[in-house]
Amino acid sequence: MKADRSISERLWAIAIWALIVFFIVNFLAMIATVVLNSFGTRWFNTWLPAGFTTRWYYSAWDEFQLHDVLVVTFEVVGAVVLVSGILGVPAAYALARRNFPGIRAIVLLFLLPMLIPPITFGIPLATVLYQARFGGNISGVILANLVPTVPFVVLVMVPFIEQIDPRIEAAARVFGAGTWRLFVHVLLPLLAPGILAALLLVLVRTIAMFELSFFTAGPGSQTLVVALYYAVYAAGVRAGQSIDAMAVIYMLTTLVWLLIALRFVDPTQIVTRVKKEAT
Amino acid sequence: MSEAALTKPADRPPLRVRLALRDIDGVTLLVLPAALFVLVLFIYPFTYGFVLSFKPKAGDWLANYRKFFSDPFLYDTVGATFRLAIPATLINVFVSIPIALRVRRLERRRVLTTLLVVPITLGTVLIAEGLLIYLGPQGWFNRVLSLVGIGHVRLVHNYTGVMLSLILSGFPFAFLLTLSHLTGIDPSLEHAAATLGAKARARFWHIIMPLLAQGLAINLCLSFVQTFSVFPSAVLLGAPAGATRVISIAAYQAAYEQYDASMASAIAMIMGFCQLAVVAVILASRGVWYRGATGGGKG
Repeated sequence: MKADRSISERLWAIAIWALIVFFIVNFLAMIATVVLNSFGTRWFNTWLPAGFTTRWYYSAWDEFQLHDVLVVTFEVVGAVVLVSGILGVPAAYALARRNFPGIRAIVLLFLLPMLIPPITFGIPLATVLYQARFGGNISGVILANLVPTVPFVVLVMVPFIEQIDPRIEAAARVFGAGTWRLFVHVLLPLLAPGILAALLLVLVRTIAMFELSFFTAGPGSQTLVVALYYAVYAAGVRAGQSIDAMAVIYMLTTLVWLLIALRFVDPTQIVTRVKKEAT
Repeated sequence: MSEAALTKPADRPPLRVRLALRDIDGVTLLVLPAALFVLVLFIYPFTYGFVLSFKPKAGDWLANYRKFFSDPFLYDTVGATFRLAIPATLINVFVSIPIALRVRRLERRRVLTTLLVVPITLGTVLIAEGLLIYLGPQGWFNRVLSLVGIGHVRLVHNYTGVMLSLILSGFPFAFLLTLSHLTGIDPSLEHAAATLGAKARARFWHIIMPLLAQGLAINLCLSFVQTFSVFPSAVLLGAPAGATRVISIAAYQAAYEQYDASMASAIAMIMGFCQLAVVAVILASRGVWYRGATGGGKG
């Protein structure tokens, strides 16, 4: 297919690469702006800040009570990862190994929370959570965040479990393994890579999940991304640099986990899991 | 008669066996906790919100919906949201096609996909804060513009700012979806067409587009639904009282500023209905391109 490289095709290729480079350069410049501003003493009407300092990180840490916010964030994320694993993996196992009547309805039930955006179901969900007295505290934030992550774990794990040969389990049974030993010595080691990948994706998504945390968080249960929203919303009250210091801390917490996750999953997996089930 | 009742179970296998034959046993029950969770925390709240939207604070059962469609401050949000969501979706999805076509043959594709997954992971709040400075009057983007002699352009706190943030977070999403659909198309189909003398343009319209149609429809649906529910960037980067007063802002204000859960639910239901309607239109119109099973590569 190399015969037809005319001039117009070359121009087309150059135009496309220019577009890709333009997009990435602008994105990286945007990130660089945030990082530079967080270290800058004063940045006005110049290409670079007048000087560099780390004091904004100290002031952001105090002003935004980042210690408490980070503790809440990790409590929420930890609980969400744990519970969505405990609920999601067994359900995925049942869906992968059995073909019971009504299985299509159950799969649809798990697809819906992933296809309907959080803003749309978030408001009725928050209303119900507030009525059940879960709203405004950390348990409400955890429950709301679990709504998209439990189905996510199920849908990621089903194809993974399907490709494990059921005869391995049968063999373990033949050799006298009980359900518990089968689970601990056979299934868990085989499923571990899939569970790890699914839960890391849940972790990355939950740190960045704004809408559901925003609707259910109270004053003492803000996650990092919600605190960042409020800081940007009330910009002008605090120095812009300390907001950016918080933004950098947020980026670091997200990107560290993304880097770890990318060792186990392909980047496209972060967006494409839904589609494979939907088709 | 009592004899008949006693012998009856003997003809049929016990319930346990009959259920097991239909694949219902202990393992099947493992699906219950997760299914119950979704029922209680997703289906129930959604139904509750639907019912609640017909129980307004004052007036008859349709009062919320009547109020929404008679107050321009409220019904204009639907138009404002469509004016953002439709162009953003079309740009993101259709620009992603030529780029994904070019990128799919790269060997080191993963570097690019990794870079593009970063904006998705960081989320819209961070992108809004970054763009506020980067595109702002003192930001690098405007500095470069004035360097090349274009002068300052107002890019934040208006429609453009929100649109740019929707492209920055939505394009990588659309691109990664398109790329995964494209790599699923058997390259030998294109090789065969090329052997028969089809030029790149003909191969694109007659081979790739029909095979991509299904994936494209799903990509359009998912991208649209995401952009239609824009919230943080519309508040932070846009003009939340003016051009970018989107429907999610109206829902938020009803719920958390007027404490009218019934009205907020009604707006959420209208939002869901708009998303559903567009998804239905997209799925109905995919037949224009679709020409048979896309099983290429697996058959």
